[in-house]
Formats: sequence, C-alpha cells, structure tokens
Amino acid sequence: MIRIEEYTPIVGEAAIEGLFLLAKHLRGKVIQNINSTAVGGGVAEILTRMIPLLQQLGVDARWDVIKGNEKFFAITKKFHNGLHGVPVSVTDEEYEEFLEVNRDNAGQICFGDIVFVHDPQPIALVEKRQELGNNWLWRCHIDFSKPDPAIWKFLERYVVRYDSAVFSAPAFARSLPIPQVLIAPSIDPLSEKNKEIPEETINSILDRFGIDRSRPVVTQISRFDYLKDPLGVIRAYKLAKKHVDMQLVLAGGGATDDPEGPAIMKQVQEEAVKDKDIFVLFLPPSSDLEINALQRGSTVILQKSLKEGFGLTVSEAMWKAKPTIGGAVGGIPMQITHKYSGILTNSIEGTAYWIKQLINEPEYARRLGSNGREHIKNNFLVTRHIKDYLLLFISIFRESDIVYL
Amino acid sequence: MTDFHFYVKFDQTLLLGQRAKNVPELLEGIRRVPESCIYYHTHRFLQQHHYLSPEPPNDFAYWVTEVLGDKVLGEQLSSVDTIQFESISGLRDRFVSLIESHLSSGAKTVDCFPGEEFHFIASRTFAAPTPYIAHNLGEFRDILQRVSISTLYYHIFDAKLRLKRGENDFSKWFDSNGMSALAEAVRNLDPYTYTLEGLRKRILTLTKEHDPD
Repeated sequence: MIRIEEYTPIVGEAAIEGLFLLAKHLRGKVIQNINSTAVGGGVAEILTRMIPLLQQLGVDARWDVIKGNEKFFAITKKFHNGLHGVPVSVTDEEYEEFLEVNRDNAGQICFGDIVFVHDPQPIALVEKRQELGNNWLWRCHIDFSKPDPAIWKFLERYVVRYDSAVFSAPAFARSLPIPQVLIAPSIDPLSEKNKEIPEETINSILDRFGIDRSRPVVTQISRFDYLKDPLGVIRAYKLAKKHVDMQLVLAGGGATDDPEGPAIMKQVQEEAVKDKDIFVLFLPPSSDLEINALQRGSTVILQKSLKEGFGLTVSEAMWKAKPTIGGAVGGIPMQITHKYSGILTNSIEGTAYWIKQLINEPEYARRLGSNGREHIKNNFLVTRHIKDYLLLFISIFRESDIVYL
Repeated sequence: MTDFHFYVKFDQTLLLGQRAKNVPELLEGIRRVPESCIYYHTHRFLQQHHYLSPEPPNDFAYWVTEVLGDKVLGEQLSSVDTIQFESISGLRDRFVSLIESHLSSGAKTVDCFPGEEFHFIASRTFAAPTPYIAHNLGEFRDILQRVSISTLYYHIFDAKLRLKRGENDFSKWFDSNGMSALAEAVRNLDPYTYTLEGLRKRILTLTKEHDPD
C-alpha cells in the first residue's frame, strides 16, 4: 500500500502538511462513499487509491457498493448513454425498477455523517436523507455537457436534494439551486503508468516494439476511436515527415463502443502497412508499464482528439515532461495553456506544423515539457484531488465565502 | 514587537452554471456575478501557472482573444492593471466600462463555436493558521523562505482584494513595528509582474536590505 508520505518528495512537505491540517477538521465524521462497482472502471480505481490515503490522514472514510441485478444495470447503462448524448428511451417501468433497487439498497447500507454518492446509479439513495438528517454529496464523473433531457429531468429531482453536486469540467455545470463544485480528475505519480522507470526499461520496451530511439518518436496513446482521430494523426505525421525524419506510434486498446471503430482500425492498419515508420500497437488493459515507457521514450506526444471528456493521457504525458500537442477540446485546454505548457491545435495542418517545430527546436520543446510537468504537479496529481475532497467535506459545515479554519 | 502569524489558504472552485457565447453575454455575466468570480478570473492564471513568466492575462482577455478572435478588445482587457485597484468592485467596473465602450463603438460581435463558451467560475477561500509565527524580522525571513506558495499568495494577493484589507499583510506588519521604509518598499512592488517564487525572492531581498541587524 502506498503511504501518503511517499508523495512528499514529489509535491513538497507543505502540500502534505496541508492535507493533514484539513483532515483534522473532519475528526469524528464518517464519510461514506457509495458507488455501483468495486472493481473495474474509473470510479472504482479512484476510490481504491483514495480511501486508504484518506484513512492515513485520519479521516474515517468508508466505501460501500450498491447491489443490482442485470435489469438494473441495463437501465443504468441506458442512463449512461443518454447522459452522453446518445438517444435512448427509458420506460416508466424501468424508472420504477431503478428506484426499487435504490430503495432496497438504502435499507441495507449503514449511512455515515457525510454520504458521498458517485454517479447516477445510486443517486436515489438520497430519499433517505430526510429520515437520517445527515449530509449528502453527489459526484458526477461522466461527461454531462449534453444530457438527454428526459433522463436529466428524472435525475434532477434527486440531484437537487443533495447539499452539493461535483463535476469534472466547467461545461458540465447546470443551472441548479445547490452549489456546484469543480473537481478535476487526477493522475497518480506513483502508479505503474506514471512512476519513474529506468532508461533500460524504456529502451527494452521500445526495442521490443521495434522502435528506434535514435530517431524522433511521435506518439499518441488512446483508443482506436473516431473521436481520438488516429487517421488525422497519421495525416499530420505524413505532412510533417516531408521535412523531418520521425516515427509514429499509435498505441491503445482496440475495444470501443463506437460503431465506426472497426472501420477506423482497419484504415489505421492499412496506413501502417504502407509505412514501416508507423507503429500501431494494440495494447491489452494490463499494459501500464508499456504505456509509461512509450510516453517516456517519445520525443513529442499527441492527443489530437476531436471530442474529449477530460483526457487524462495529456496529464500523463505532461507529467513525464514531454512536449505535448493536444486538440483544443473538452478538458484538454484545462491542462494545456497554448505555447506555455504545451500546444493546442484545431487542425491536421496545425498539428503537423507544431510536430515539426517541436522536433526541430528541442530547447523550446524542453521548456514546454518542463512547464507542463510543473502545471500537472500543481493541479492534476492525486494529492490535489484529495485536498479538493477534504475541502468539499469541510465546506458542508461552513457556509461563508471566506472560511477561517 | 508584535507577532506575525503565517496562514495558508486553500481554494474551492465553484461552478456558477452561467456561460457566455459572445461579448454582450460576457458583459452581462461580469455585471452580475459575485465578486469572488471576478477575483477568480483575474487571479486564476497567476495561481495555477505561478512558475511561468509574469504578466499573466485574465481569463476574460484570454477568451475574447483566443476564442472569439477579437484582438482589439482582448488587448484592452489584458491591459487592465490589477495592482491599481483597491477593490474587486473597482476592477469589475473597469471591465464593464471597457466592454461597454467597445460595444458602443459598433464593433461586430460574433458567437463562439458550441463547446467553447466562457464559463463563469467562483471560488471559496479557506484560510488556516500554520504553526509558523515570526517574532522579529530575522524569524520572518527564515519562515518566508520555507512556507508554501499558498501562504505567500494569501498574505500578498488575497489580503488586499479578496479579504478587503486594503494592502498586503506584510507591509501592515512592518508598519506596525516601526519598519515603515520596508513596508513602503513591499507596498510599492507590483506583485502581478513576478512569478510567485520571484516575488518571494524579491521580498526576502528587501527584508535583508532593510534589516538594521
């Protein structure tokens, strides 16, 4: 288990002292996290990492998982798709079934002083609030920019009963009568995907894939999905390669819900066959060390998304001090400030232009990379995420605009 | 000599659920949002990018220039000199008058692309005492060298505008302990033109220059 003190060399003593100082104000409070799955998925991953760290800070943080049958999860999958803007139809019976499962679970959970509910699946547990008289927070981890109106109307009845709602990006905020808090996601600098690794490991992994480290390497790590624009990346590479020697690595998972996914994958592979300097790597889910090495072994990293929720691969690359070029969409501009901590682009031509610039001007690229790492250190590491959660819990009991602790 | 108690601050970011897609909507928002929102958008860059070169732009200028492509208004908004304002309401009035005058000159207004709207954000400040207390200038200097950037930020930026104390906490303490020349020197700094580490170094240098011991 990772100890909170292990983060001190990375974020500094003052930052860790700050966490202990805030945690002191939550003594005697039980903070009950509730979500719908114990393993798999981003929320379970965050809670697995965070609960032990909160406990080490002296916070009585707990975690419960609601139980549901297949029918319930089919309904919540519909909710999920609808909130992402996919047209879905949910029947009255399905809404009723959803509420029934929530009510069954409410009867079995031992609720804490602060109930921290993650995502829509357990949202209706808040019906218990009146009876218990405790505090409730709702954390929405998903892209909420264009929710299906009918599903939102149903969920809104429950959201407004919470003390506060938490979103990951400004675009997800709604017009609500309760406070809405912005808490961005984070990366863990001590995880397999982000920890420091020896040069030999980087070399041996890149060697295994046949990538030549003596020549520039441009990499995009992401799903083979239309919205990540792998074909646009290949076109940008081809434009840039007319003037600069380089290799292109496209690495990520092959699985996707996108119906156009298989066609995109096929086209990407066809392009790769024609050019020995394009490496298309389909990585299984357990490839964190390989991703770490590919990022660290790259000269420039791309995340040329056409649409993006938050895009944590950008933070991962920047944390490794890599000059990073990102599409100016979703949460990417929160991570990259153009020409200060990375490059934002809106087109294939712009991406090609900046690939050339960054390969030809390594000193400028190094400065962007160094600024990028500093920005991630200050804003997107798990310690900042913990601080935001502690403030969220404390804020329930302190209402003023300026709070003296 | 009175003691100086160092504080540390933490910010919680609040989404107001209000957005603007063009300059008139930006103006409307600036007029009615809470003061903490104006403060957030004029100081966020400084705090989040404190390692970068100084002269950070405010969010209004950045959005108008980069998203709407209105270079003229963008330049006017980025030239608003925050140090000259004694209150957030004065700062707000300046943005309002610049945008009003731009609009009344007949400037064409355009809508941004969907998804690139300006989102109004505010912050709540949580301040807590640290264990660090200075009883004299030497101790003050020793402590200032090691406290977090948030502590420096709180006593210099938050104290004057956000906490409405009229000036930075350091100058106030120097003044009340007979170090008026040092108080004046720190008061005369334009903290917005330094990185936070650069500002820390500058204040440390001033305290050495003015230390009678």
